Amino acid sequence: MDLLDFARGPGLWISLLVFCAGSAWRLAALWRRPHERDHSPPREGVPGAATLAARAIVRGMWPRRRFGQAAAVVTANGYVMHVGLALVAFGYAPHVAFIRRLSGLHWPALPDAVMALAAAATIVSMLFALWLRLSDAVLRQISGADDHLSWALTLLPLLTGMAVAAEPSSALLAPGALHDRGALAVHLLSFELLLLWFPFGKLMHAFTFALSRGATGIRLGHRGVET
Amino acid sequence: MNVSQKAASPAGMHKTADRQGTASDADRLQAAMHSFVTDFSRTVGLHLDACVRCGLCAQACHFYLATGDARYTPIHKLEPFRRAWQREASPFAPLVRALGLVKAPTLAELEQWQALIYDACTMCGRCTTACPMGIDIAELIRDARHGLYKAGLLPERLALMDRTARQWGSPATPPEDLPDILAEVAAEHGVAIPCDLPKADLLVTAAPAELGEHTQALADAAKVLNRVGMSWTLHRDGFDASNIGFNNGDLELQQRLTRALIDTALKIGAHTVLLPECGHAYGAARWEAARWYGGPPPVRVIHMTEFLDEQLTAGRIHVRPLGGTATFHDPCQIVRRGGLEAAARRVLAALGFELRELADHGVAGLCCGGGGGVVSNQRAAPLRHKVFTIKALQVQATGAERFVTSCGQCRITLEMGARHAGSALRPLSLLELVAGQLD
Repeated sequence: MDLLDFARGPGLWISLLVFCAGSAWRLAALWRRPHERDHSPPREGVPGAATLAARAIVRGMWPRRRFGQAAAVVTANGYVMHVGLALVAFGYAPHVAFIRRLSGLHWPALPDAVMALAAAATIVSMLFALWLRLSDAVLRQISGADDHLSWALTLLPLLTGMAVAAEPSSALLAPGALHDRGALAVHLLSFELLLLWFPFGKLMHAFTFALSRGATGIRLGHRGVET
Repeated sequence: MNVSQKAASPAGMHKTADRQGTASDADRLQAAMHSFVTDFSRTVGLHLDACVRCGLCAQACHFYLATGDARYTPIHKLEPFRRAWQREASPFAPLVRALGLVKAPTLAELEQWQALIYDACTMCGRCTTACPMGIDIAELIRDARHGLYKAGLLPERLALMDRTARQWGSPATPPEDLPDILAEVAAEHGVAIPCDLPKADLLVTAAPAELGEHTQALADAAKVLNRVGMSWTLHRDGFDASNIGFNNGDLELQQRLTRALIDTALKIGAHTVLLPECGHAYGAARWEAARWYGGPPPVRVIHMTEFLDEQLTAGRIHVRPLGGTATFHDPCQIVRRGGLEAAARRVLAALGFELRELADHGVAGLCCGGGGGVVSNQRAAPLRHKVFTIKALQVQATGAERFVTSCGQCRITLEMGARHAGSALRPLSLLELVAGQLD
């Protein structure tokens, strides 16, 4: 068993297990904390909790105009990073093939040129985010190891992927076309590191953001506040 | 909690942190941690776990905007609370403790954070609306205050008010003085103010300042109420709605003060408790009374702004339009955290004003800088005055002839800010305007 065999076999399954079990544990543990229901009479005419939560989740997708240019820049950069990551993760032909092998699910891949653009934009946005975190007094003060580790482990698969994606995806997917087993192994292992870290740090906001926004939407919406 | 001390604070915020009581440092720390852990509910956990440290909350905080000081970043004000969560109750807490991944909060840190939590946060919730993760930072600060209260780490001025309210049910006056105060106000303003009626439809309540320097508000309320045709009364068993326990983090006092209002209303057969023009009174009684009754409170609780709006809309009172231009300061607990944005504007419209909105208004309105007890916390005055300058500029920019608000605490904060800045800005009360224009 070489490094690629390990990355494709035990490494992948262990990291997937930690990702799934860890994320489920974290969400379940949060859900099991005591919860006090709000028994105050709601403002007349407010919709039910599900609608209030859904509204808040959607409303949170863009910042309020009054919170200044900084909010707009941070939000725009966040969108570039998240959309870019999603495109690369789920649109690149070898990734679609990888997911199909694992789960049977598949969809049409995006052209390589779009992928190159998305990856480049994501890397630039991540570098910009790092620059902000290191240069801004507010961000420097509130940042910790989790922020830097999560940033690094998100960037790493992008960088290692660039090394594998030197050839067109059609060539990479051709039978028996794998030339650089080492580079692919490193790429897979970097992705597995991301999965291993995911449940323990801030990357979990991929799940918790909706729950947190929803909770505030329900609390304030119940009072008739236009969130 | 009757002995006050000054404790040396690490370099950073204030030269000293205030302490109450004689508990040992270890006991104080344990009390704070126990309170934190008690407050670590599902929602608190979700909020603390969802933070991505984007720093956008700073852009919403008037203390940060007025000073540019990164220490006033709202989420930073919760740092000891967040660390307590991670170590004691988060999903991986045993791992966090075993590996020493997060440092346990120390008493010195709690003392250092006292100024951030009590002097530099009004719990206005503007940061909550700015947070892309929807973290209700204002609510988390309230939870953190519970811990600091338990540790005997309040700013002394707030602790003094707490002790007074525990004794009298009000930080302003003992209940036995209420009939005399009301009689004096009634005589001075020529208006009937009933007190201690055994039966009434409406239990009317007051804010502490209305029982002292700002008695005009009581007289104005009486003028309006006497037109409405309902029977109403103030009552010495439950008259002060300001609820210092809500602001200080003293949950036991918060409950006692809220129960005094609701139980008195029940005793006299009132169907409604009318709250004064006070923001935190609204938060404590309208939205939190249910906590102490295990269900919806047995009587209706409404704010003065809501009451004026309802009476005008129903045609039970009429006002002569004043006309001209006005701008409106949205009190945070009434609008951003209370949902009464439209009601005040309908009353302003009835008064015939052309409303010129502040650059930041409604849910995005900037706090006066005095909420959450900050107005009473004298040592926070220099910081509060810096915040005033932002509001003053926004008011000036509207060019409006009148500056109106619907919270007495906001009004006092803004008046003090104007006095300190030598500004001619004079905030008016919505109630005062309505009472003055009754037809």
